[in-house]
Amino acid sequence: MQRFYFDHNATTPVAPEILEVMVSCLGQVYGNASSIHYFGQCAKQRLEAARRQLATLIHSTPTELIFTSGGTEANNMAVLGAVRSADARERHVITSAIEHPAVLSPCAQLEKEGVAVTRLRVGASGVLNPDDVRRALRPETVLVSVMHANNELGTVQPIAEIAAITREAGVLLHVDGVQALGKIPVDVAALGVDLYSMSGHKLYAPKGVGALYVKRGARMAPILFGGHHERDRRPGTENVPGIAAFGAAAELAMRTLAADGERLENLRDRLESAVLNRIPGTGINGSKWGRTPNTSNLYFDGVDGEALVISLDLRGFAVSTGAACSSGALTPSHVLTAIGLSSDRARASMRFSLGRSNTAEQVDALVDALEVSMAHLRRISTHA
Amino acid sequence: MPENPAGERIAVAMSGGVDSSTVAALLAGQGHEIVGMTMQLWNQRRLPELIPEGAAAGSGRCCSLDDVYDARRVAEQIGIPYYVVNFERQFEEHVVKPFVDEYLAGRTPIPCTLCNNYIKFDRFLEMSDSVGARQMATGHYARIRYDDVSGRYQLLRAVDPSKDQTYFLFGLTQEQLARTLFPLGGMTKPEVRELARSMGLAVASKGDSQEICFVPNGDYAAFMTAYLKETGIEPEQTRGSIVTSDGRTLGEHQGVHHFTVGQRRGLGIATGEPLYVIATDPLSQRVTVGGNHQLLRSRFFAHDVNWISISGVSEAVRAAVKIRNKHEGASAMLHPAGPLEGQSGGRVEVVFDEPQRAVTPGQGAVFYDGDLVLGGGWIE
Repeated sequence: MQRFYFDHNATTPVAPEILEVMVSCLGQVYGNASSIHYFGQCAKQRLEAARRQLATLIHSTPTELIFTSGGTEANNMAVLGAVRSADARERHVITSAIEHPAVLSPCAQLEKEGVAVTRLRVGASGVLNPDDVRRALRPETVLVSVMHANNELGTVQPIAEIAAITREAGVLLHVDGVQALGKIPVDVAALGVDLYSMSGHKLYAPKGVGALYVKRGARMAPILFGGHHERDRRPGTENVPGIAAFGAAAELAMRTLAADGERLENLRDRLESAVLNRIPGTGINGSKWGRTPNTSNLYFDGVDGEALVISLDLRGFAVSTGAACSSGALTPSHVLTAIGLSSDRARASMRFSLGRSNTAEQVDALVDALEVSMAHLRRISTHA
Repeated sequence: MPENPAGERIAVAMSGGVDSSTVAALLAGQGHEIVGMTMQLWNQRRLPELIPEGAAAGSGRCCSLDDVYDARRVAEQIGIPYYVVNFERQFEEHVVKPFVDEYLAGRTPIPCTLCNNYIKFDRFLEMSDSVGARQMATGHYARIRYDDVSGRYQLLRAVDPSKDQTYFLFGLTQEQLARTLFPLGGMTKPEVRELARSMGLAVASKGDSQEICFVPNGDYAAFMTAYLKETGIEPEQTRGSIVTSDGRTLGEHQGVHHFTVGQRRGLGIATGEPLYVIATDPLSQRVTVGGNHQLLRSRFFAHDVNWISISGVSEAVRAAVKIRNKHEGASAMLHPAGPLEGQSGGRVEVVFDEPQRAVTPGQGAVFYDGDLVLGGGWIE
């Protein structure tokens, strides 16, 4: 059976040119980047080259980047590190209800440690109102953490406006950029953010590598202890092959982002208009405008999303409903319920996230499969 | 067994245990296209006070990550697509809540039957349909066959009497039976284990599952207490009196839901002769106790009767009646009876030839003619 992948927000395949970088590094550049000798220096060179490549993509300086094991570690480091560096007795954090668990869970942990947390609500659009951030600020607010693009809806948040507010208030702004990097242009300087989390495997680098941008001068307490790596901010022998691949992915994104974005946006719109025209009881979740170009979240009223995912998978199409839990079973998405969907409609919703390998023919085949599966599922549910 | 040409897609309910793993491997080996699915029914991280100290959350219990791991491994080994499907919401609504309500109402529920009626042979069957499988298969020990004369699907006891599960399957409808396969009904448990071993299944020597999957260590009273606390349900009054049938008060108790008819232990009363629970009354919160002979009853009514191998009874019919899973079955006459107010299902009066011990409200009464399951209902 031919299989087609429409789940690029979950993860992406490693691009062939990136795989080549990674493999050559694994085979040849085995030195420890902290070692004085030749082998160490070779590794260090690859590390710093990658840092420059990533810095170019996001318009930072290389020294403002800390490599991590991935997006989750970068988010934990930012949220926990920023709040713990503030030594005030009362501390307050503002975040949103549609953040990834890698932000929401460290916030919940801080709450257990006595930190006040405000989770801002969003409307049906799935876009945060900057005025809500301003209104939520308190004298003891030490951090605002908001995602750049939502993983499920693709909605892009008004980061520059929020940054103007936090800058004026003297509060640190952390942005989870995991779903934005590689999909839309990211300019941390122009956005005015203090901390920005990134993950390699969302832009065709392998799993296990990420980065945190820390604006020069931003206060950060370390969350891991054990060595002087990454300027005393993130101990542990650097994952040089992964980091070199991440650097290559950043460079690839620099070259292809504009053209890929336009192409994927066209494919996404082709998918959405075909589904909305041909399958009754369907619609877009969240704002149609201002999304990452590859992401589409649609509802299919009257069907069980779990059943639809399985029947599509058995036809060779990989899509996703929402966040998967530890056993691989599915529970309704907190993002979809946060934008006001009933639990029935949230359960009947699907995420399609496109990527470099997808073609118009694949999209058309997906719509055909959706139509067949939907007709079958609706026939069953009228019997039940 | 209903006709099932090789190559037709069949959904197998895989628990991660040896029985359902063997079913999946057996059917796949026969050339059927199999989709394996594990039902996630209960979140074992709920009610953490029930997890023994030092044990990982929900390890070694139904729906635990260990079981999903085992099922996934078997699916990988035999090369079939595999999914975990989440029915937690439906399981709580149709099995756990009624289980709790029944105990609070002074009855002794059988959640496995409710799970079969509302989850395994309803929700799972619907999911099977969704993924293009007209038929589903499980590891139950029971047999299904189509009877040309009556035009009905019949349910029969398993060949292995020690594993027979027909007692829990009396609610199955003709449509459900038509679409269900029980490939293990003709095998004994040792044969199944041997088959699993011969197919090299990693779960071949895994232990059998416990009786009520969501109740750790069979301590249903502890489960009730924890569940009621978590969901904020207040049992109206928990304490009451323990009385004898002639009205003497012997002591106090902590709630009727701690007692089941026929129970001897845990009464907290020292008397000369052994005392048993004869009845529980949730209205007066009274638990009536007495001697073993007072547990004997010769007749009772069963309601919401589901007929399987026959379409119903219009006159008295002889049957062997099982009143709990471990009961041997006793000879009785089934008399048609008028429906109770507010109930749609049929009703029968069961009259035993010899009085039977501990006829317990809330349990099932299943009617047999030899190996054939005629039907069954709920003891009033």
